[in-house]
Amino acid sequence: MYYLTHLILSMISAIGFGIIFNAPRKALFHCGVVGMAGWFVYIIMIDSGIDVVQAAFSGAFIVAIIGHIMAKRYKTPIIVFIVAGVIPLVPGGTAYDAMRHVVSNDYSNAIPLAMKAFIIASAIAMGLVFAEVFVQFVMKLTKGMKKKGM
Amino acid sequence: MEQLNEQKLIEACLLAGKILMKSGAETYRVEDTMMRMAAACGFNESQSFVTPTGIIFSLEGSDPSQFVRISERGTDLERIAKVNHISRGMAEGKLNTDEAYLALKELESANLSFPIWMQIAAAAIASGSFLIMFKGIWADYIPALLVGGIGFSTFLIVHFQAKVKFFAEFSASFVIGLLGLLAVNYDLGQQLDLIVIASVMPLVPGLLITNAIRDLMAGHFVSGLSKGAEAFLTALAIGAGVAVVYSLWI
Repeated sequence: MYYLTHLILSMISAIGFGIIFNAPRKALFHCGVVGMAGWFVYIIMIDSGIDVVQAAFSGAFIVAIIGHIMAKRYKTPIIVFIVAGVIPLVPGGTAYDAMRHVVSNDYSNAIPLAMKAFIIASAIAMGLVFAEVFVQFVMKLTKGMKKKGM
Repeated sequence: MEQLNEQKLIEACLLAGKILMKSGAETYRVEDTMMRMAAACGFNESQSFVTPTGIIFSLEGSDPSQFVRISERGTDLERIAKVNHISRGMAEGKLNTDEAYLALKELESANLSFPIWMQIAAAAIASGSFLIMFKGIWADYIPALLVGGIGFSTFLIVHFQAKVKFFAEFSASFVIGLLGLLAVNYDLGQQLDLIVIASVMPLVPGLLITNAIRDLMAGHFVSGLSKGAEAFLTALAIGAGVAVVYSLWI
């Protein structure tokens, strides 16, 4: 039940972001699916006690892999699919906590939090880039195998 | 005649690049699209230099380079998809330079966005969903939905009136902080932190941050750093808006 709520809500919010970012009408549902998959991986990892950095990395990785598959399939730029999926992973909460400490002049607690937000954001970007490299690698391999088969 | 055609091709390429950059495409996609369009007309050695504020492009050899200025950037995924479609058509030989240029001109002035009320509703529903996804309680769902919706409308209104993006983000997060505080004070909501975080999410520069780091990793250092600066300023504006509320009333 808990995971079902998360699945439905993450899909709704990803479609919402698709509308805000003006994704093509046809791609809205796919945006939702990508967002749902990314968030599902993220929340499962968080709930089983894995660090948020790894979870954000894996979530972004999954988002980008599915995005790549859809981009190939529908001949649409990949960015259309991944933007909405990445948004929930963005460390808004951590950045917010950091900012709250700054406001109350508590800089020594603010800096670790800000650093953490930065690391999470980098982990998301790393996940996206790694997925891209991975997909290109796999495509090269399959192409090479086809050539050898001939 | 030859000269005229080349001129038209350069204009078409620059227009495609400009629309892509304005809509928030990645730097490599902008360069790739322009080079493919040029290659479709037989220019395989075209050169481009793309930054978020301007694009320099030249075909090859002794041809002059041309420059186009980009003053405003947003996120418009449909436009990116459409430009991609046009450049693909050109590469496959379905469109010639003139047709592509006309299609791009039309695309530049077309209004493709969803109606405003739908964007606001989407932002509101996304805020509500985020509250639950961030482990909030269902009692706070409606407050987050309302605060998020009103905050996003504030952003749209101020952005339309003042045309300064950072000020619009600041005002929107100020309104969000204020409304969140009021809601909690009058017992309409319980967890102030979560309500504010969830409502602010539609404003967060997630696309900019990820694009900035991707550009840096791909070796587009100028674009990466300037997009990073824009993302940083946006995050700062959002944080400052909420911070002002807190430092005044908490």
